[in-house]
Amino acid sequence: MPDATQSMEAIEQPAVIKRGSRFSGYLRAISAMVWKDLTAELRSRELLSAMLVFALLVILIFNFALELDIRTRETVTSGVLWVTFAFAGTLGLNRSMAVERDRGCLDGLLLVPVDRSALYFGKVLGNLIFMLIVEAIILPVYSLLYDVNLFHPGLMAVILLGSVGYVAVGTLLSTMAVQARTRDVLLPILLFPVVLPLLVAALKASNGFLQGFNMEEIWPWVYLLIAYDVIFIAVAFMVFDFVVEE
Amino acid sequence: MTHSSDRRLTPCGVKMIETQRLVKTFGLKPVLRGIDFSVEYGEFVALVGPNGAGKTTFLRILATLSRPSMGEVRVAGHLLPAQATAVRRCLGVVTHQPLLYGDMTVDENLRFYGRMYGVRNLQQRIEDVLEMVGLMALRRDRVRQFSRGMQQRLSIGRAILHDPGILLFDEPYTGLDQEAAAMLDTLLRDVADRGRTVVMTSHDLTRVTDLADRVDILHKGEIAASVRRGEVDLAELPALYFSVTHA
Amino acid sequence: MEPIPKILKVLNWITSALFVVALYMVLFFAPREAVMGDVQRVFYFHVSAGWVGGLAFLVTAIASGVYLARGDHRWDQIALASVEIGLFFTLANIISGSIWARPIWNTWWTWDPRLVTASIMELVYIAYLLLRQGVDDPDRRARFGAVYSIVGFISVPITFLSIRIFRTIHPVVIGSSDPAAMSSLTMDPKMRVAFFFSLFTFTLVYVTLLWHRLRLQHLAERVEQTKMKVLSA
Repeated sequence: MPDATQSMEAIEQPAVIKRGSRFSGYLRAISAMVWKDLTAELRSRELLSAMLVFALLVILIFNFALELDIRTRETVTSGVLWVTFAFAGTLGLNRSMAVERDRGCLDGLLLVPVDRSALYFGKVLGNLIFMLIVEAIILPVYSLLYDVNLFHPGLMAVILLGSVGYVAVGTLLSTMAVQARTRDVLLPILLFPVVLPLLVAALKASNGFLQGFNMEEIWPWVYLLIAYDVIFIAVAFMVFDFVVEE
Repeated sequence: MTHSSDRRLTPCGVKMIETQRLVKTFGLKPVLRGIDFSVEYGEFVALVGPNGAGKTTFLRILATLSRPSMGEVRVAGHLLPAQATAVRRCLGVVTHQPLLYGDMTVDENLRFYGRMYGVRNLQQRIEDVLEMVGLMALRRDRVRQFSRGMQQRLSIGRAILHDPGILLFDEPYTGLDQEAAAMLDTLLRDVADRGRTVVMTSHDLTRVTDLADRVDILHKGEIAASVRRGEVDLAELPALYFSVTHA
Repeated sequence: MEPIPKILKVLNWITSALFVVALYMVLFFAPREAVMGDVQRVFYFHVSAGWVGGLAFLVTAIASGVYLARGDHRWDQIALASVEIGLFFTLANIISGSIWARPIWNTWWTWDPRLVTASIMELVYIAYLLLRQGVDDPDRRARFGAVYSIVGFISVPITFLSIRIFRTIHPVVIGSSDPAAMSSLTMDPKMRVAFFFSLFTFTLVYVTLLWHRLRLQHLAERVEQTKMKVLSA
């Protein structure tokens, strides 16, 4: 006959749950989060289509606002691209967190026995993938429309670095914004002043690559991007608990 | 305790849930005013009380979703909120909201939660659970199209997917039709018979008296009365409830 | 109602007196700057206001960190009170800078790193207040505020750095626009006295205001508590 301690153990570790290191459980949770975001998006396609249409509209408006003729094009391309990404990004971040709020899913995630930072990184990866998909579509469209060659490995690296930082901060702040009463308007107000140095750096670095500047002029911006990414991923990792736990 | 043969395994006297002088305030407003509450291994406790009594808040604290302001809370021997992760492993929770993703199918929702919890033989387990909650035929349907009752069924399936030792149900009967309510009855009995500990809130006294070993009445953030099965004639419970909550 | 503590009363008087003296020093004691003329006198309060703004936001970030670590409500109150004061002084800093810039740089505004950083900082903390306003649950409001003030405070120096690099790559439009050059300028000893005196006075103004603001919060809380008691009785 089993005694009390054995029964307690059975309760502590239900038989149907895999035993394994904490780290494998951590990675499994992250991959499950990403799989979930992609699966849901594959079915609804709401987030990506909204981001894409919005991004195209922004570019279209810029076309008239700046009169993107051949001479100005070269100098403003990186600016137009980053403003487009930043605007479309807030749309995507908002939608992505609204899904978690719907039907109380955030509580569902919090009930899972895994470190809260796994939820954060899962969400960051999902958002990053969406962001990169949108950028991968917008870039060729832009170069087609304005006959600008955007296929430069340096530019790709800058876009990746910029998106990582943007999404890292954006995921943290959108998790807060979505829990507020004023959730519809809050995210850009919170995000833009904080993400400004990242946008400046990404914009200048992209511009440097597009205009074929010396690497000496581009490096400071790339360093700044890397520093920003590292600092804010670390900060978000430390404070994310306080944003989701009650 | 009475009931079925399975319960001979019950290590009586082991406290699965224990709170001492638990206080919860929202800002300055007290919601729970010093609750002493305990549930033993395999016990089925129903928590009843009028709206605003603090039932949901209390259950959220036990579910690790909210922190106590003061007092001590132990679930499965672990202190909350410090050892929340260990507690979460053995908790199954059903709340007011279904905690499901509308854009995914029944199957995908369960697979997601199964992967998050690290359930082994996931496919088999999902099929078992779907059989239990009677959603096998709809497993490829999107949750968005479901009625409240259907979502509630799946929500219960989600809560028992990792076969937790402690189940916390917040008004599980809300929104269920007759058939689904009967399903939930069977499921709860089955769960209780397998030695699972259950805490359920409800405002429906008749439902509660059929299932629970003990009924606690929560009123204005305090446990106003606690009635064990057999101690009081069940027919007198409504009268007691009324006298307590209108005191 | 609780009477004002004696130390605070004394502090009120000292701060007011020092402020009058500071005004005298800036307007009469400090000599007239040779090149810029009287408008240079803005500089003393301008820098002091900027200093208090930065100090206030630093206090907020530290208080927020302590709040998150300990969960003690009082730290959150310090954070909030300090933001409000910081916002006012940063605004004073920006406006007085503009007044100085108009005759000296011949423009109200230039995209100098300090100006941009100060305005972005102002926006960060306005966003902080908007965030707090949008959250109803008091505990959550405090936690979100704390997290955002830390994120915001870390971003401010990075913003400054980014605009600094921005400027060094491009030629500076207006000749020697760097105010750093100004503060390190060979200051007359009397100017120096006036400068450090206003710096000190403004710091004291900050402490006094913070105290009053905290006291106000405390009283508001007491009113709420009393209300609660009356309602539940």
